Amino acid sequence: MSILEQAKQAAQGAAQSVIQKAVELAPESWLPGGKPDPLIHQKHGLIGKPVSRIDGPLKVQGKATFAAEFPMDGLLYASVAFSTVPKGRIASLDTSAAEAAPGVVLVMTYRNAPRMKPMPVFMSNAKAAGGDNLPVMQDDRIHWNGQPVALVLAETQEQADHAKSLIRVTYEAEPATTRFVEAKAQNTQPGLFMGQPMKQEIGDAEAALAAAPVKVDVTYTTPRHNHNAIEPHAATIVWQGDELLVHDASQAVTHTAWSLSEVFGIEESQVHVTSPYVGGGFGSKSLWQHQVLGAAAAKLTGRPVRIALSREGVYRMTGGRTLTEQRMAIGAAQDGRFEAIIHTGTVAMTHHNAMPEPFILPTRSAYAARTFKLDVEVTYLDMIANTFMRAPGESVGTFALESAVDEVAVALGMDPVALRMVNEPSEDPTEKKPFSSRNIVEAYRTGAERFGWTKRNPVPGSVRDGEWQVGMGVATSTYPYHRMPGGAARLTLTRDGRMKVEIAAHEMGMGTSTAQTQVTADRFGLQLDQVDFAYGDSFLPGQVLAGGSQQTASIGASVVAAQHAMVAELLKLAGNDSPLAGLRADEVGGMEGGLAKLDEPGRHETYASILSRAQRDEVAVVGSAPPPLETMHWSMHSWGAMFCEVRVNSVTGEVRVSRFLGSFDCGRILNAKTASSQFRGGIIMGLGMALMEETQFDERNGRIMNPSLAEYHVPVHLDVPEIDVMWTDIADPHAPMGARGIGEIGITGVGAAVANAIYNATGKRIRDLPITLDKLM
Amino acid sequence: MAIRINGTDVQAPSDPRVSLLDLLREELHLTGTKKGCNQGACGACTVLVDGERVVSCLALAVQYEGCEITTIEGLSKEGALHPLQEAFVEHDGFQCGYCTPGQICSAIGMAAEAKRGVPSHVTDDLSTDTIVLTHDELRERMSGNLCRCGAYNGIVAAITETFVEAGE
Repeated sequence: MSILEQAKQAAQGAAQSVIQKAVELAPESWLPGGKPDPLIHQKHGLIGKPVSRIDGPLKVQGKATFAAEFPMDGLLYASVAFSTVPKGRIASLDTSAAEAAPGVVLVMTYRNAPRMKPMPVFMSNAKAAGGDNLPVMQDDRIHWNGQPVALVLAETQEQADHAKSLIRVTYEAEPATTRFVEAKAQNTQPGLFMGQPMKQEIGDAEAALAAAPVKVDVTYTTPRHNHNAIEPHAATIVWQGDELLVHDASQAVTHTAWSLSEVFGIEESQVHVTSPYVGGGFGSKSLWQHQVLGAAAAKLTGRPVRIALSREGVYRMTGGRTLTEQRMAIGAAQDGRFEAIIHTGTVAMTHHNAMPEPFILPTRSAYAARTFKLDVEVTYLDMIANTFMRAPGESVGTFALESAVDEVAVALGMDPVALRMVNEPSEDPTEKKPFSSRNIVEAYRTGAERFGWTKRNPVPGSVRDGEWQVGMGVATSTYPYHRMPGGAARLTLTRDGRMKVEIAAHEMGMGTSTAQTQVTADRFGLQLDQVDFAYGDSFLPGQVLAGGSQQTASIGASVVAAQHAMVAELLKLAGNDSPLAGLRADEVGGMEGGLAKLDEPGRHETYASILSRAQRDEVAVVGSAPPPLETMHWSMHSWGAMFCEVRVNSVTGEVRVSRFLGSFDCGRILNAKTASSQFRGGIIMGLGMALMEETQFDERNGRIMNPSLAEYHVPVHLDVPEIDVMWTDIADPHAPMGARGIGEIGITGVGAAVANAIYNATGKRIRDLPITLDKLM
Repeated sequence: MAIRINGTDVQAPSDPRVSLLDLLREELHLTGTKKGCNQGACGACTVLVDGERVVSCLALAVQYEGCEITTIEGLSKEGALHPLQEAFVEHDGFQCGYCTPGQICSAIGMAAEAKRGVPSHVTDDLSTDTIVLTHDELRERMSGNLCRCGAYNGIVAAITETFVEAGE
């Protein structure tokens, strides 16, 4: 990122902190979430029910259409060639053989690519979606090992792939910074996350640590990770005159449309991005160079283009999670109370993105402590831009924090659950704000009981089953409630009593369309099959990122706003002849297919009746969600307790997770079935992080060495036991529906729960992920 | 000779490089079969060839003349879902749905393998004729089908209900 952009971010951050102060002091009733969503008190509706996915029958029949599956006449297939050096310039480029190969229509390089602006990099603007802000095939410069240097379009994929293999490129390599230790020695800078500095000191933590009777002061490291959604990134792209249509795999349709309009210098309304189904995202499915290149090539040829990245292409062209090196120090009094928490360290980033893996985030709110010192330093490497991956910050940050808490418990001779209870804060310990809702003690209590935590032998290495050593571990999981600005939704009520919700949101498997259909049905007193939920299209209202676990809240607040407009409109239409005559919008709610007075349900009229008397076929309104000021007034976080049992083979070092339980406190759960899958899915990705996942980066030349699912190991069926999940279901009074997002919390705390269980089983404390066999031999 | 796909005869492609997967997806628009890695590592492209499971990305289409191919599109009969498809919906054996067709085809082939008495890595007695699809047997045999959303518990429950509890 340029110095200018950094300054801009810092200025935004400063402005934000002024607003923040005002909001902290504001009375609750003025704020979004100040008055609880009436749905929270509705106990007999569809919310919470284990409704099967409404898109399930389509998906199990293979009928859901993904990005690379939109048929188009005259479609051309793309294949991309990647640089093999990390830095320098292209010295020679011979594309003649490729151009002459059968079926080839275009070979695009920097020499003939259309002039385009760089992608607006994510967080540089509210609608920016770019993974980096580098020139896209505009010059001969190489910025990372794996950068696209040529793109072939041919009539078939086979022809395109073959022609690509005929392209000859030589490079004038320049010295590159690809070694983390060297980069760190040269320069580090304090990281900014969402425009805000992460550096924070409360009291003199170093002095408090030095004086503490019990202390742990160690370094934890986590490697690079890749998302590895099973659907590789893909787009089917066509220009219709000056208008660009992109069928994308996206968790940010509106952002992608705006960003592409910036790249091509056209109006936002000229770019239409659809993404009805996404084959897994986990943070990876934003705008990367492939959509830009595909659109550029489509422009040059005047034909539709399918760019479906190979699995290797996904590693070369789209970023993953960066590595972290974390110092984690905790000083405790003899009774276990924390005197000092120090969480500092360094992450690798590039100059062309803005994602300093914010590993300190979980430490800000987890425990009471007298003093804090937090800092994420950034060092810059010549590598592909790193990016957001499931629970950026919390996933790897909780590995350090929660392992260290376990180490303190060992040093104190205290039960690790009890130690956590001793340090339970009464308010957010670093932001000094009240928690909107925090029931982690309850999550621990119920989780420990169900898991049988009391059966754990606290003496490491003391439980054996033949050649297997058995141990139990526990860790806290946490992820914040977010709601980003820009949410809006359109509601259309038709005379047949059906309600359609339209919002530019996303379904990557979270169950959004199902859960939101349930919520909408409850809001309006309708049946499930009377509600349609339309999403995945940039032409729909709202700017709703499927990220930061915020989509549920964003949609919720947008629909609430639209509901107010709808009810007001309906009361107007109902007029004086209706049982609803004279009532104000806040006195009525949706009930039994119509509106009724909340405290006098007998005063009721059906939607069909209101519309037919008013001689209207439909009523449509758009509502915009208020700015998300609730997160400035309250500290809003989800919590969980992760319990793990492992078996470690004393001969081979093989680790088997035999039992796992996640006990969550995430506000109200909207759909018990899909929520269970979200929790389990997160936990399983956490097991991968704990035991096997690592993007291997060749520090000599900055090249990813295992760009395949054969060599980047993710958990498979046999790695995964039956995973038990439970939740408090205590509504957050300040969140729409009382619900906080649940897509990311599942991965947090898992690394530490596994590592702590391995310590309990073997007495070996592994502070470097993944915990592979060699580290236990 | 033709390739018979879901009961319909299809000519083998003229380009011998075309994989069975690309024939299905790009020429026949049977996009239910998914491309996850194109190198046999993820199982998303699993189809049934004469009842046996095959990763179609590693199969050249021209090799399958005279064979009977069943893809996910060929499992539901007259609009009714296959019992395993029903069970996947009921047990939430998927999230994004991208690995799902491969999981389902693989499970059907896997159940048939078990029925034939084919042992796996976790089978204690390699000479046995009867394989019981225990939790371990089932998970070992399905380990070639990756699910990044982590719907493994639901997948196992769906397969168990369909092929173990139902006694098929």
